Amino acid sequence: MKHLLGTDGLDRDTALAVLDTSDGLKRTLLGREVRKLPTLRGRTVITMFYENSTRTRVSFEIAGKWMSADVVNVSAGGSSVGKGESLRDTALTLAAAGADCVIVRHPASGAAHRLAGWLAEAGTSVVNAGDGTHEHPTQALLDAATLRDRLGDVEGRRIGVVGDVLHSRVARSNVHLLTTLGAEVVLIAPPTLLPTGVADWSVGDAGSLVVSHELDPELPTLDAVMMLRVQAERMHGGFFPSAREYAIAYGLSENRLRLLPEHAPVLHPGPMLRGMEISAAVADSPRAAITQQVTNGVHVRMAVLYHLLAGEEDGS
Amino acid sequence: MPPRDRGAPEPAGQRELLTAGDVARTIARMAHQVIEKTSLGASGAPPVVLLGIPTRGAPLAARLAARIAEFSGVTVPTGTLDITLYRDDLRRRPTRPLGETALPPGGIDNALVVLVDDVLFSGRTIRAALDALRDAGGRPRAVQLAVLVDRGHRELPIRADYVGKNVPTARAEEVHVLLSETDDRDGVLLHREGESG
Repeated sequence: MKHLLGTDGLDRDTALAVLDTSDGLKRTLLGREVRKLPTLRGRTVITMFYENSTRTRVSFEIAGKWMSADVVNVSAGGSSVGKGESLRDTALTLAAAGADCVIVRHPASGAAHRLAGWLAEAGTSVVNAGDGTHEHPTQALLDAATLRDRLGDVEGRRIGVVGDVLHSRVARSNVHLLTTLGAEVVLIAPPTLLPTGVADWSVGDAGSLVVSHELDPELPTLDAVMMLRVQAERMHGGFFPSAREYAIAYGLSENRLRLLPEHAPVLHPGPMLRGMEISAAVADSPRAAITQQVTNGVHVRMAVLYHLLAGEEDGS
Repeated sequence: MPPRDRGAPEPAGQRELLTAGDVARTIARMAHQVIEKTSLGASGAPPVVLLGIPTRGAPLAARLAARIAEFSGVTVPTGTLDITLYRDDLRRRPTRPLGETALPPGGIDNALVVLVDDVLFSGRTIRAALDALRDAGGRPRAVQLAVLVDRGHRELPIRADYVGKNVPTARAEEVHVLLSETDDRDGVLLHREGESG
Protein backbone atom coordinates (compact mmCIF):
# COMPACT_ATOMS: atom_id res chain seq x y z
CA MET A 1 0.00 0.00 0.00
CA LYS A 2 1.55 3.32 -1.06
CA HIS A 3 -1.27 5.74 -0.16
CA LEU A 4 -4.57 5.56 1.67
CA LEU A 5 -6.77 8.01 -0.20
CA GLY A 6 -10.15 6.38 0.24
CA THR A 7 -12.00 3.15 0.88
CA ASP A 8 -13.43 3.25 -2.65
CA GLY A 9 -11.17 0.83 -4.47
CA LEU A 10 -9.63 -0.59 -1.28
CA ASP A 11 -9.83 -4.33 -1.80
CA ARG A 12 -11.16 -6.73 0.77
CA ASP A 13 -7.84 -8.47 1.44
CA THR A 14 -5.99 -5.20 2.09
CA ALA A 15 -8.79 -3.90 4.31
CA LEU A 16 -8.81 -7.12 6.34
CA ALA A 17 -5.00 -7.09 6.59
CA VAL A 18 -5.10 -3.56 8.05
CA LEU A 19 -7.89 -4.53 10.48
CA ASP A 20 -5.99 -7.67 11.56
CA THR A 21 -2.81 -5.63 12.11
CA SER A 22 -4.87 -3.18 14.16
CA ASP A 23 -6.20 -6.03 16.33
CA GLY A 24 -2.66 -7.40 16.71
CA LEU A 25 -1.31 -4.00 17.78
CA LYS A 26 -4.14 -3.60 20.27
CA ARG A 27 -3.38 -6.99 21.82
CA THR A 28 0.36 -6.27 21.81
CA LEU A 29 -0.06 -2.99 23.66
CA LEU A 30 -2.82 -4.14 26.01
CA GLY A 31 -1.82 -3.63 29.63
CA ARG A 32 1.71 -2.52 28.77
CA GLU A 33 3.43 0.03 30.93
CA VAL A 34 5.48 1.37 28.03
CA ARG A 35 3.39 1.81 24.88
CA LYS A 36 6.21 2.32 22.45
CA LEU A 37 7.28 0.15 19.52
CA PRO A 38 10.48 0.74 17.53
CA THR A 39 8.84 -0.20 14.22
CA LEU A 40 8.89 3.20 12.47
CA ARG A 41 12.06 4.59 14.02
CA GLY A 42 13.60 7.18 11.73
CA ARG A 43 10.47 7.72 9.63
CA THR A 44 8.94 11.18 9.54
CA VAL A 45 5.19 11.68 9.49
CA ILE A 46 3.70 15.13 8.96
CA THR A 47 0.07 15.92 9.66
CA MET A 48 -1.33 18.80 7.62
CA PHE A 49 -4.72 19.94 8.83
CA TYR A 50 -6.60 22.62 6.93
CA GLU A 51 -9.77 21.95 8.93
CA ASN A 52 -10.44 21.72 12.63
CA SER A 53 -10.03 18.33 14.22
CA THR A 54 -9.40 16.93 17.67
CA ARG A 55 -9.64 13.16 17.56
CA THR A 56 -8.26 12.50 14.09
CA ARG A 57 -5.17 14.67 14.42
CA VAL A 58 -4.47 13.56 17.98
CA SER A 59 -4.91 9.88 17.21
CA PHE A 60 -2.65 10.07 14.15
CA GLU A 61 -0.06 11.82 16.28
CA ILE A 62 -0.31 9.22 19.05
CA ALA A 63 -0.26 6.40 16.49
CA GLY A 64 2.94 7.71 14.94
CA LYS A 65 4.61 8.33 18.29
CA TRP A 66 3.72 4.90 19.69
CA MET A 67 5.53 3.42 16.69
CA SER A 68 8.55 5.71 17.22
CA ALA A 69 8.04 7.78 14.07
CA ASP A 70 8.88 11.46 14.28
CA VAL A 71 5.57 13.29 14.03
CA VAL A 72 5.33 16.94 13.05
CA ASN A 73 2.03 18.80 13.04
CA VAL A 74 1.29 21.57 10.59
CA SER A 75 -1.93 23.50 10.87
CA ALA A 76 -3.18 25.94 8.29
CA GLY A 77 -3.41 28.73 10.85
CA GLY A 78 0.19 28.73 12.02
CA SER A 79 1.93 28.01 8.71
CA SER A 80 2.76 29.76 5.44
CA VAL A 81 -0.70 28.76 4.24
CA GLY A 82 -1.84 31.92 6.00
CA LYS A 83 0.54 33.88 3.73
CA GLY A 84 -1.13 32.47 0.64
CA GLU A 85 1.05 29.45 -0.14
CA SER A 86 -0.74 26.90 -2.31
CA LEU A 87 -1.46 23.36 -1.15
CA ARG A 88 0.94 22.04 -3.77
CA ASP A 89 3.85 24.24 -2.67
CA THR A 90 3.25 23.47 0.99
CA ALA A 91 3.21 19.75 0.23
CA LEU A 92 6.38 19.88 -1.87
CA THR A 93 8.07 21.84 0.92
CA LEU A 94 7.14 19.19 3.49
CA ALA A 95 8.33 16.41 1.19
CA ALA A 96 11.61 18.25 0.58
CA ALA A 97 12.01 18.64 4.33
CA GLY A 98 12.01 14.84 4.61
CA ALA A 99 8.44 13.66 5.15
CA ASP A 100 7.95 9.94 4.50
CA CYS A 101 4.22 10.32 4.94
CA VAL A 102 1.86 13.29 4.80
CA ILE A 103 -1.51 13.03 6.50
CA VAL A 104 -3.84 15.64 5.10
CA ARG A 105 -7.24 17.02 5.99
CA HIS A 106 -8.64 19.58 3.62
CA PRO A 107 -12.06 21.17 3.00
CA ALA A 108 -11.85 20.48 -0.75
CA SER A 109 -13.00 17.07 -1.97
CA GLY A 110 -10.18 15.40 -3.91
CA ALA A 111 -7.37 17.30 -2.16
CA ALA A 112 -5.65 14.10 -1.02
CA HIS A 113 -5.71 12.64 -4.54
CA ARG A 114 -4.13 15.78 -5.97
CA LEU A 115 -1.50 15.71 -3.24
CA ALA A 116 -0.62 12.10 -4.00
CA GLY A 117 -0.08 13.07 -7.63
CA TRP A 118 2.18 16.00 -6.74
CA LEU A 119 4.20 13.89 -4.28
CA ALA A 120 4.61 10.84 -6.54
CA GLU A 121 8.10 11.92 -7.58
CA ALA A 122 9.22 12.49 -4.00
CA GLY A 123 7.91 9.03 -3.04
CA THR A 124 5.98 10.42 -0.07
CA SER A 125 2.95 8.44 1.09
CA VAL A 126 -0.33 10.30 1.50
CA VAL A 127 -3.11 9.49 3.94
CA ASN A 128 -6.48 11.15 3.47
CA ALA A 129 -7.68 12.30 6.89
CA GLY A 130 -10.86 13.75 5.41
CA ASP A 131 -11.32 15.73 2.19
CA GLY A 132 -14.46 17.86 1.95
CA THR A 133 -17.54 15.68 1.57
CA HIS A 134 -15.60 12.94 -0.22
CA GLU A 135 -13.80 10.36 1.96
CA HIS A 136 -12.41 9.72 5.44
CA PRO A 137 -10.97 6.22 5.12
CA THR A 138 -9.37 5.80 8.55
CA GLN A 139 -12.71 6.67 10.20
CA ALA A 140 -14.40 3.90 8.22
CA LEU A 141 -11.61 1.48 9.16
CA LEU A 142 -11.95 2.29 12.86
CA ASP A 143 -15.73 1.93 12.58
CA ALA A 144 -15.23 -1.50 11.00
CA ALA A 145 -12.75 -2.41 13.76
CA THR A 146 -15.34 -1.41 16.38
CA LEU A 147 -18.08 -3.37 14.62
CA ARG A 148 -15.80 -6.42 14.57
CA ASP A 149 -15.16 -5.98 18.31
CA ARG A 150 -18.86 -5.75 19.10
CA LEU A 151 -20.39 -8.11 16.52
CA GLY A 152 -17.56 -10.51 15.75
CA ASP A 153 -17.77 -9.93 12.02
CA VAL A 154 -19.11 -7.36 9.58
CA GLU A 155 -20.05 -9.82 6.86
CA GLY A 156 -23.80 -10.38 6.51
CA ARG A 157 -24.62 -7.63 9.01
CA ARG A 158 -27.13 -4.85 8.38
CA ILE A 159 -25.65 -1.50 9.37
CA GLY A 160 -27.73 1.70 9.52
CA VAL A 161 -26.07 5.04 8.74
CA VAL A 162 -28.38 7.82 9.88
CA GLY A 163 -28.53 11.55 9.22
CA ASP A 164 -26.56 14.05 7.18
CA VAL A 165 -25.32 11.68 4.47
CA LEU A 166 -25.12 14.57 1.99
CA HIS A 167 -22.21 16.29 3.75
CA SER A 168 -20.67 13.16 5.23
CA ARG A 169 -17.35 11.77 4.04
CA VAL A 170 -17.69 9.29 6.90
CA ALA A 171 -20.89 7.88 5.38
CA ARG A 172 -19.33 7.59 1.94
CA SER A 173 -16.18 5.85 3.22
CA ASN A 174 -18.26 3.51 5.35
CA VAL A 175 -20.53 2.55 2.46
CA HIS A 176 -17.53 1.52 0.36
CA LEU A 177 -15.69 -0.30 3.14
CA LEU A 178 -18.59 -2.04 4.86
CA THR A 179 -20.08 -3.31 1.59
CA THR A 180 -16.62 -4.52 0.51
CA LEU A 181 -16.53 -6.44 3.78
CA GLY A 182 -19.92 -7.98 2.98
CA ALA A 183 -22.36 -5.84 4.99
CA GLU A 184 -25.69 -4.44 3.91
CA VAL A 185 -25.64 -0.68 4.52
CA VAL A 186 -28.90 1.21 5.01
CA LEU A 187 -28.63 4.96 4.54
CA ILE A 188 -31.41 6.62 6.51
CA ALA A 189 -31.96 10.35 5.99
CA PRO A 190 -34.49 12.93 4.84
CA PRO A 191 -34.42 13.35 1.04
CA THR A 192 -32.78 16.79 1.43
CA LEU A 193 -29.76 15.25 3.20
CA LEU A 194 -29.11 12.50 0.65
CA PRO A 195 -26.80 13.29 -2.28
CA THR A 196 -28.29 12.96 -5.74
CA GLY A 197 -27.11 9.78 -7.39
CA VAL A 198 -26.58 8.02 -4.06
CA ALA A 199 -28.08 4.89 -5.61
CA ASP A 200 -25.17 4.87 -8.08
CA TRP A 201 -22.42 4.86 -5.44
CA SER A 202 -19.96 2.10 -6.11
CA VAL A 203 -20.64 -0.71 -3.71
CA GLY A 204 -18.49 -3.73 -2.86
CA ASP A 205 -19.58 -6.90 -4.65
CA ALA A 206 -20.00 -8.72 -1.36
CA GLY A 207 -22.49 -6.26 0.14
CA SER A 208 -25.38 -4.02 -0.82
CA LEU A 209 -26.72 -0.51 -0.30
CA VAL A 210 -30.28 0.46 0.57
CA VAL A 211 -31.76 3.94 1.04
CA SER A 212 -34.61 4.75 3.41
CA HIS A 213 -36.23 7.96 4.62
CA GLU A 214 -37.65 6.60 7.86
CA LEU A 215 -35.73 5.57 10.93
CA ASP A 216 -38.28 3.76 13.12
CA PRO A 217 -39.18 0.92 10.72
CA GLU A 218 -35.48 0.22 10.08
CA LEU A 219 -34.20 0.17 13.68
CA PRO A 220 -35.46 -3.34 14.60
CA THR A 221 -33.71 -4.80 11.52
CA LEU A 222 -30.25 -3.34 12.22
CA ASP A 223 -27.16 -4.99 13.73
CA ALA A 224 -25.61 -1.58 14.39
CA VAL A 225 -26.53 2.05 13.93
CA MET A 226 -24.14 4.85 13.09
CA MET A 227 -25.40 8.37 13.83
CA LEU A 228 -23.90 11.15 11.72
CA ARG A 229 -23.30 14.67 12.90
CA VAL A 230 -25.48 17.34 11.32
CA GLN A 231 -22.79 19.44 9.64
CA ALA A 232 -24.11 22.96 10.06
CA GLU A 233 -20.79 24.42 8.87
CA ARG A 234 -21.31 22.89 5.43
CA MET A 235 -25.01 23.84 5.22
CA HIS A 236 -25.95 26.98 3.38
CA GLY A 237 -29.70 26.76 3.13
CA GLY A 238 -32.71 25.04 4.65
CA PHE A 239 -32.19 21.29 4.71
CA PHE A 240 -34.78 20.70 7.42
CA PRO A 241 -37.32 22.96 9.17
CA SER A 242 -35.66 23.12 12.61
CA ALA A 243 -33.19 21.34 14.83
CA ARG A 244 -36.06 20.23 17.04
CA GLU A 245 -37.93 18.74 14.13
CA TYR A 246 -34.79 16.96 12.93
CA ALA A 247 -34.21 15.50 16.38
CA ILE A 248 -37.79 14.25 16.52
CA ALA A 249 -37.61 12.54 13.14
CA TYR A 250 -34.00 11.30 13.05
CA GLY A 251 -32.45 11.78 16.50
CA LEU A 252 -31.57 8.64 18.47
CA SER A 253 -33.52 8.99 21.70
CA GLU A 254 -33.81 6.51 24.57
CA ASN A 255 -37.23 5.44 23.27
CA ARG A 256 -35.80 4.76 19.81
CA LEU A 257 -32.88 2.82 21.33
CA ARG A 258 -35.46 0.30 22.59
CA LEU A 259 -36.41 -0.46 18.98
CA LEU A 260 -32.83 -1.48 18.24
CA PRO A 261 -31.96 -5.16 18.89
CA GLU A 262 -30.07 -5.83 22.15
CA HIS A 263 -26.82 -6.81 20.42
CA ALA A 264 -26.65 -3.73 18.21
CA PRO A 265 -24.16 -1.02 19.21
CA VAL A 266 -24.53 2.71 18.57
CA LEU A 267 -21.63 4.39 16.78
CA HIS A 268 -20.93 8.07 16.24
CA PRO A 269 -17.85 9.44 14.48
CA GLY A 270 -17.83 12.52 16.72
CA PRO A 271 -17.93 15.32 17.49
CA MET A 272 -21.44 14.68 18.83
CA LEU A 273 -24.24 17.20 18.98
CA ARG A 274 -26.11 15.93 22.02
CA GLY A 275 -29.83 16.55 21.71
CA MET A 276 -29.59 16.80 17.93
CA GLU A 277 -28.73 13.50 16.28
CA ILE A 278 -28.18 11.64 19.55
CA SER A 279 -29.61 12.16 23.04
CA ALA A 280 -27.24 12.54 25.98
CA ALA A 281 -28.64 9.42 27.64
CA VAL A 282 -27.95 7.27 24.57
CA ALA A 283 -24.49 8.74 24.10
CA ASP A 284 -23.57 7.80 27.67
CA SER A 285 -25.23 4.37 27.65
CA PRO A 286 -23.23 1.13 27.46
CA ARG A 287 -24.77 0.55 24.04
CA ALA A 288 -22.73 3.47 22.70
CA ALA A 289 -19.33 2.43 21.32
CA ILE A 290 -18.10 5.99 20.98
CA THR A 291 -15.04 5.90 23.25
CA GLN A 292 -14.19 2.43 21.93
CA GLN A 293 -14.19 3.97 18.44
CA VAL A 294 -11.64 6.56 19.56
CA THR A 295 -9.39 3.88 21.11
CA ASN A 296 -9.64 1.74 17.99
CA GLY A 297 -8.82 4.86 15.99
CA VAL A 298 -5.31 4.93 17.43
CA HIS A 299 -4.68 1.25 16.65
CA VAL A 300 -6.18 1.47 13.17
CA ARG A 301 -4.01 4.49 12.37
CA MET A 302 -0.95 2.66 13.69
CA ALA A 303 -1.87 -0.22 11.38
CA VAL A 304 -2.26 2.14 8.42
CA LEU A 305 1.16 3.72 9.07
CA TYR A 306 2.63 0.22 9.43
CA HIS A 307 1.23 -0.91 6.09
CA LEU A 308 2.35 2.32 4.38
CA LEU A 309 5.81 2.72 5.88
CA ALA A 310 7.11 -0.58 7.25
CA GLY A 311 7.25 -2.70 4.09
CA GLU A 312 9.79 -2.49 1.29
CA GLU A 313 9.53 0.48 -1.02
CA ASP A 314 8.32 -1.05 -4.24
CA GLY A 315 5.91 1.73 -5.12
CA SER A 316 2.89 -0.57 -5.14
CA MET B 1 1.75 -37.95 9.34
CA PRO B 2 3.90 -41.06 8.91
CA PRO B 3 7.65 -40.47 8.92
CA ARG B 4 9.20 -40.09 5.53
CA ASP B 5 10.97 -43.22 4.30
CA ARG B 6 14.72 -42.55 4.22
CA GLY B 7 15.04 -44.56 1.03
CA ALA B 8 12.51 -42.52 -0.92
CA PRO B 9 13.91 -40.44 -3.76
CA GLU B 10 14.15 -36.74 -2.93
CA PRO B 11 13.41 -33.83 -5.23
CA ALA B 12 16.54 -32.44 -6.86
CA GLY B 13 18.32 -29.74 -4.85
CA GLN B 14 16.71 -30.80 -1.59
CA ARG B 15 18.07 -32.94 1.22
CA GLU B 16 16.27 -34.16 4.31
CA LEU B 17 18.39 -33.30 7.34
CA LEU B 18 16.01 -34.64 9.98
CA THR B 19 13.15 -37.08 9.53
CA ALA B 20 10.00 -36.93 11.62
CA GLY B 21 11.52 -39.49 14.00
CA ASP B 22 14.71 -37.43 14.26
CA VAL B 23 12.68 -34.31 15.11
CA ALA B 24 10.89 -36.11 17.94
CA ARG B 25 14.15 -37.54 19.35
CA THR B 26 15.88 -34.18 19.06
CA ILE B 27 13.12 -32.39 20.97
CA ALA B 28 13.24 -35.08 23.66
CA ARG B 29 17.02 -34.61 24.04
CA MET B 30 16.62 -30.84 24.25
CA ALA B 31 13.97 -31.33 26.95
CA HIS B 32 16.46 -33.33 29.03
CA GLN B 33 19.08 -30.63 28.55
CA VAL B 34 16.70 -27.89 29.68
CA ILE B 35 15.76 -29.90 32.78
CA GLU B 36 19.44 -30.43 33.66
CA LYS B 37 20.79 -26.98 32.86
CA THR B 38 18.01 -25.07 34.63
CA SER B 39 17.96 -27.45 37.64
CA LEU B 40 14.23 -27.61 36.97
CA GLY B 41 12.17 -28.28 40.06
CA ALA B 42 15.16 -28.03 42.43
CA SER B 43 14.73 -25.78 45.45
CA GLY B 44 16.10 -22.33 44.78
CA ALA B 45 15.99 -22.78 41.00
CA PRO B 46 14.13 -20.02 39.18
CA PRO B 47 10.80 -20.81 37.52
CA VAL B 48 11.25 -21.61 33.83
CA VAL B 49 9.07 -20.11 31.10
CA LEU B 50 9.27 -21.17 27.42
CA LEU B 51 8.50 -18.46 24.86
CA GLY B 52 8.15 -19.59 21.25
CA ILE B 53 8.86 -17.17 18.44
CA PRO B 54 6.11 -17.41 15.78
CA THR B 55 5.60 -19.07 13.44
CA ARG B 56 7.33 -22.39 14.18
CA GLY B 57 8.90 -21.52 17.50
CA ALA B 58 5.42 -21.51 19.04
CA PRO B 59 4.55 -25.20 18.39
CA LEU B 60 8.17 -26.14 19.19
CA ALA B 61 7.88 -24.51 22.62
CA ALA B 62 4.64 -26.39 23.26
CA ARG B 63 6.23 -29.72 22.29
CA LEU B 64 9.31 -29.01 24.38
CA ALA B 65 7.10 -28.19 27.38
CA ALA B 66 5.18 -31.44 26.89
CA ARG B 67 8.41 -33.49 26.91
CA ILE B 68 9.74 -31.57 29.92
CA ALA B 69 6.53 -32.32 31.83
CA GLU B 70 6.78 -35.98 30.81
CA PHE B 71 10.41 -36.37 31.94
CA SER B 72 10.47 -34.18 35.05
CA GLY B 73 6.86 -33.92 36.18
CA VAL B 74 7.20 -30.13 36.20
CA THR B 75 4.79 -28.16 34.07
CA VAL B 76 6.56 -25.14 32.64
CA PRO B 77 4.37 -22.26 31.43
CA THR B 78 4.65 -21.46 27.73
CA GLY B 79 3.81 -18.42 25.65
CA THR B 80 4.61 -16.76 22.37
CA LEU B 81 6.65 -13.68 21.55
CA ASP B 82 6.10 -12.04 18.16
CA ILE B 83 9.06 -10.04 16.91
CA THR B 84 7.62 -8.59 13.69
CA LEU B 85 7.41 -5.03 15.03
CA TYR B 86 11.03 -5.25 16.22
CA ARG B 87 12.66 -6.55 13.02
CA ASP B 88 15.52 -4.59 11.47
CA ASP B 89 14.66 -5.70 7.92
CA LEU B 90 11.04 -4.52 7.70
CA ARG B 91 11.82 -2.21 4.81
CA ARG B 92 13.52 -4.95 2.79
CA ARG B 93 10.47 -7.19 2.56
CA PRO B 94 6.79 -6.80 1.71
CA THR B 95 4.63 -5.79 4.67
CA ARG B 96 4.45 -8.68 7.12
CA PRO B 97 1.35 -9.71 9.04
CA LEU B 98 1.76 -9.65 12.82
CA GLY B 99 2.09 -12.82 14.86
CA GLU B 100 0.69 -13.45 18.30
CA THR B 101 2.36 -12.36 21.53
CA ALA B 102 0.89 -14.18 24.51
CA LEU B 103 2.81 -14.26 27.76
CA PRO B 104 1.77 -16.94 30.27
CA PRO B 105 -0.70 -15.67 32.91
CA GLY B 106 2.01 -15.68 35.59
CA GLY B 107 4.16 -13.33 33.52
CA ILE B 108 7.92 -13.54 33.14
CA ASP B 109 9.08 -11.44 36.07
CA ASN B 110 12.10 -13.13 37.73
CA ALA B 111 11.67 -16.21 35.55
CA LEU B 112 14.30 -17.98 33.53
CA VAL B 113 12.94 -17.37 30.05
CA VAL B 114 13.93 -19.83 27.34
CA LEU B 115 13.30 -18.40 23.86
CA VAL B 116 12.45 -21.15 21.38
CA ASP B 117 12.89 -20.87 17.61
CA ASP B 118 13.22 -23.26 14.71
CA VAL B 119 16.40 -22.06 12.98
CA LEU B 120 19.27 -19.92 14.26
CA PHE B 121 20.95 -18.11 11.35
CA SER B 122 22.14 -14.48 11.45
CA GLY B 123 20.99 -13.94 15.04
CA ARG B 124 18.93 -10.90 14.07
CA THR B 125 15.66 -12.57 14.99
CA ILE B 126 17.00 -13.24 18.47
CA ARG B 127 18.19 -9.68 18.91
CA ALA B 128 14.71 -8.51 17.91
CA ALA B 129 13.25 -11.01 20.37
CA LEU B 130 15.39 -9.60 23.20
CA ASP B 131 14.10 -6.12 22.37
CA ALA B 132 10.52 -7.38 22.22
CA LEU B 133 10.98 -9.19 25.52
CA ARG B 134 12.19 -6.04 27.24
CA ASP B 135 9.10 -4.15 26.08
CA ALA B 136 6.68 -6.99 26.82
CA GLY B 137 6.76 -6.20 30.53
CA GLY B 138 8.44 -7.90 33.45
CA ARG B 139 12.12 -8.47 34.05
CA PRO B 140 13.30 -12.07 33.59
CA ARG B 141 16.09 -13.31 35.87
CA ALA B 142 17.88 -14.68 32.80
CA VAL B 143 17.18 -15.41 29.15
CA GLN B 144 18.35 -18.51 27.30
CA LEU B 145 17.88 -19.71 23.73
CA ALA B 146 16.80 -23.08 22.35
CA VAL B 147 16.81 -23.80 18.59
CA LEU B 148 16.05 -26.93 16.65
CA VAL B 149 18.69 -26.16 14.00
CA ASP B 150 21.79 -23.96 14.16
CA ARG B 151 22.93 -23.36 10.60
CA GLY B 152 25.74 -20.91 11.32
CA HIS B 153 26.51 -17.58 9.55
CA ARG B 154 25.99 -15.46 12.65
CA GLU B 155 26.05 -11.70 12.12
CA LEU B 156 25.75 -10.83 15.81
CA PRO B 157 27.40 -12.09 19.00
CA ILE B 158 24.54 -14.47 19.82
CA ARG B 159 24.68 -18.19 20.61
CA ALA B 160 22.14 -20.80 21.58
CA ASP B 161 22.10 -22.61 24.95
CA TYR B 162 20.29 -25.65 23.52
CA VAL B 163 20.85 -26.79 19.94
CA GLY B 164 18.95 -29.69 18.39
CA LYS B 165 21.29 -30.08 15.44
CA ASN B 166 24.25 -28.14 14.10
CA VAL B 167 24.12 -28.01 10.32
CA PRO B 168 27.01 -26.57 8.29
CA THR B 169 25.38 -24.71 5.40
CA ALA B 170 26.32 -22.43 2.55
CA ARG B 171 24.87 -18.95 2.93
CA ALA B 172 22.74 -19.32 -0.19
CA GLU B 173 21.17 -22.54 1.03
CA GLU B 174 17.88 -22.51 2.91
CA VAL B 175 16.86 -24.59 5.90
CA HIS B 176 13.15 -25.33 6.25
CA VAL B 177 11.73 -26.77 9.43
CA LEU B 178 8.40 -28.54 8.92
CA LEU B 179 6.09 -29.19 11.85
CA SER B 180 2.76 -30.93 11.59
CA GLU B 181 1.08 -28.02 13.43
CA THR B 182 1.98 -25.61 10.63
CA ASP B 183 2.97 -27.90 7.72
CA ASP B 184 1.84 -31.26 6.42
CA ARG B 185 4.47 -33.24 8.37
CA ASP B 186 7.53 -33.12 10.63
CA GLY B 187 11.01 -32.82 9.16
CA VAL B 188 13.93 -30.53 8.39
CA LEU B 189 14.90 -29.87 4.77
CA LEU B 190 17.97 -28.28 3.24
CA HIS B 191 17.35 -26.49 -0.07
CA ARG B 192 20.46 -25.99 -2.15
CA GLU B 193 21.36 -22.97 -4.19
CA GLY B 194 18.92 -21.86 -6.85
CA GLU B 195 16.16 -24.03 -5.48
CA SER B 196 13.23 -22.83 -3.49
CA GLY B 197 10.66 -24.70 -1.53
